[in-house]
Amino acid sequence: MSSLTAYILKRLAQFVFVIFTGVTLAFLITNLSPVDPVEQSLTQLTSFGASDPRAVEMMRESLTELYGLQGNLLEQYLNFWGRVLHADFGPSLSAFPTPVTTLIANAAPWTIGLLLTSILITFVLGNLIGALAGYFRNSKLLKLLGIAIMTINPVPHYFIGLILLIVLGYVFPIFPISGGARMNMESGLNWAYIQSVLYHGFLPAFSLVLAGLGGWFIGMRSLVSNVVTDDYVIYAELAGVKRRKIFSQYVARNAMLPQLTGLAMQLGQIFGGTVIVEFLFNYPGMGRLLIQGIYRGDYSLVLGVTTISIFAVAVAVLLIDILYPLIDPRVKLG
Amino acid sequence: MFKVIRDLLRYNVEFLAGFTLTLMVLIFAAAHFWTPYPGYNLYLLPPDLPPSGEHWFGTTSRGQDVLWQLSEAVWNTMAFGLTVTILSRLIAISVGMVSGYLGGRADRILMSINDTFIALPNIPILLLVYFVLREQMTWPLLAVCAALLGWTYDSRLIRSVSMSLRTREFTRHGVFSGMSTWRILVREHLPYVLPIIFFTAMNNLIWAISLEVTLSVLGFTDINRPTIGGMIYWANQHQAIISGIWWWIAFPILAIVLLFLGLFLLAMSVNEYVDPRSRLDRMGGVA
Repeated sequence: MSSLTAYILKRLAQFVFVIFTGVTLAFLITNLSPVDPVEQSLTQLTSFGASDPRAVEMMRESLTELYGLQGNLLEQYLNFWGRVLHADFGPSLSAFPTPVTTLIANAAPWTIGLLLTSILITFVLGNLIGALAGYFRNSKLLKLLGIAIMTINPVPHYFIGLILLIVLGYVFPIFPISGGARMNMESGLNWAYIQSVLYHGFLPAFSLVLAGLGGWFIGMRSLVSNVVTDDYVIYAELAGVKRRKIFSQYVARNAMLPQLTGLAMQLGQIFGGTVIVEFLFNYPGMGRLLIQGIYRGDYSLVLGVTTISIFAVAVAVLLIDILYPLIDPRVKLG
Repeated sequence: MFKVIRDLLRYNVEFLAGFTLTLMVLIFAAAHFWTPYPGYNLYLLPPDLPPSGEHWFGTTSRGQDVLWQLSEAVWNTMAFGLTVTILSRLIAISVGMVSGYLGGRADRILMSINDTFIALPNIPILLLVYFVLREQMTWPLLAVCAALLGWTYDSRLIRSVSMSLRTREFTRHGVFSGMSTWRILVREHLPYVLPIIFFTAMNNLIWAISLEVTLSVLGFTDINRPTIGGMIYWANQHQAIISGIWWWIAFPILAIVLLFLGLFLLAMSVNEYVDPRSRLDRMGGVA
């Protein structure tokens, strides 16, 4: 067996293990708690004014089945797995009878779009500035930029978002303060709609970029300043290789590798970081869906979003891990 | 350890600044023990007073003094953060050091668990726990849950240091002179790992405090207990920004930014201290 196959097999095993642990954890949290989820949900539901007794009874059945409350713990557990693998989390309680999966399918593109864009922008920008600052250490402009980035870095992204919202949303109402696109707008691949999406996504994305820049910048700058003193770089400088070539081919390329691991981890956490930003900007993604689920006591929705996010994260990490050997040939040997 | 801190205070401006900032915020937080307006009490004062000589930071729409409320809030938020940090450090240190020292199968098993925890999405899981427990959710319980999720990156870092220590001469000496694994780890290796622990602790503290703010702003903690996130939660509930009561939100933000800046500077300067190359660099571009 080649070492690359071994590597991929190992990653696949890891993937299965993550899914297994995550789903088991979700099961344990919901099933070993002292609260009876079915009754709790039904109380919540009736307090929201669902008066149709048929719906309530149907809900009780569906909930009992969903939380796998039939049979002993092992049967319940296996039942839960069946549900998860069929991606069937039953109807949402707060938006009855829409299935949870439909709600998630509507929300997921917003979250993925917002986060993928802002993470990639942050990654490229932070690493580029960081690498330049590490290589051209005497540049005044880069030093100034570095100080600015470092000052913003420790500010939690909730506050960055809040400040942006106050300044660019209320004081100078340049950007919309909530939503993913203009209300009552037909979604589709026309320019007006895309424009509206970009316009609404700008502030949330901007706050994510500002909040994330510092980490990449600091990491890359210190990585580059370490690589710069390596023998082969000094040798290249003495041999008269162009500085631009040294920077892009020798220094940045080698310093990139640990950063890519970081990117994988960040993509892995794609879900956690967005809850507060989506809440703040009322952005129609999975984070807001999760919060709404909690506010409305929607058990199946909360469980569904959590489980799906565990899957999403595991897939993201797996993909990056499998792509990794293409970038870093050393992985194959390890 | 104290000598190191003294040297850092003397020769490292960033450490001095970070240390001073953090200390100031801590003293401010400790002042709540003498508060004239206990944090749980509402409507003690006329609401919505702007900052003045009597109420320096103004009052909230709930009739609380922002200054004293904030003092108690910072204390509670710090207490939460420190609990999470200490608990998660214990896990990170044990897993990282044991895994790095033993290697082989133990390492593989521990790191598989570690990687799994890295990949689990923290906030949805914490929210699920909160959702299921609701009223039973107390802050110590929340701290334990957060600690169980917050050790993973750092144990990998500690492991990498431990791995390099394993092959060093003094470890071999220890093994041959019959020291137990436990003794080698605690007496010989721990001192080398300490700076990393301190560095990661600062970052973890920042993470834990952000977590508290995130959960409280959403209203997913015990919101009657004054915390930074809790203050913002109530300010949002009363639409403080729209009704122009800016001091209710501005001062908590200022407090947390100062605290984070302090912790961040501490972490940065210690990181620099740990990495001798950047220390040389600071001394005059030798490197």
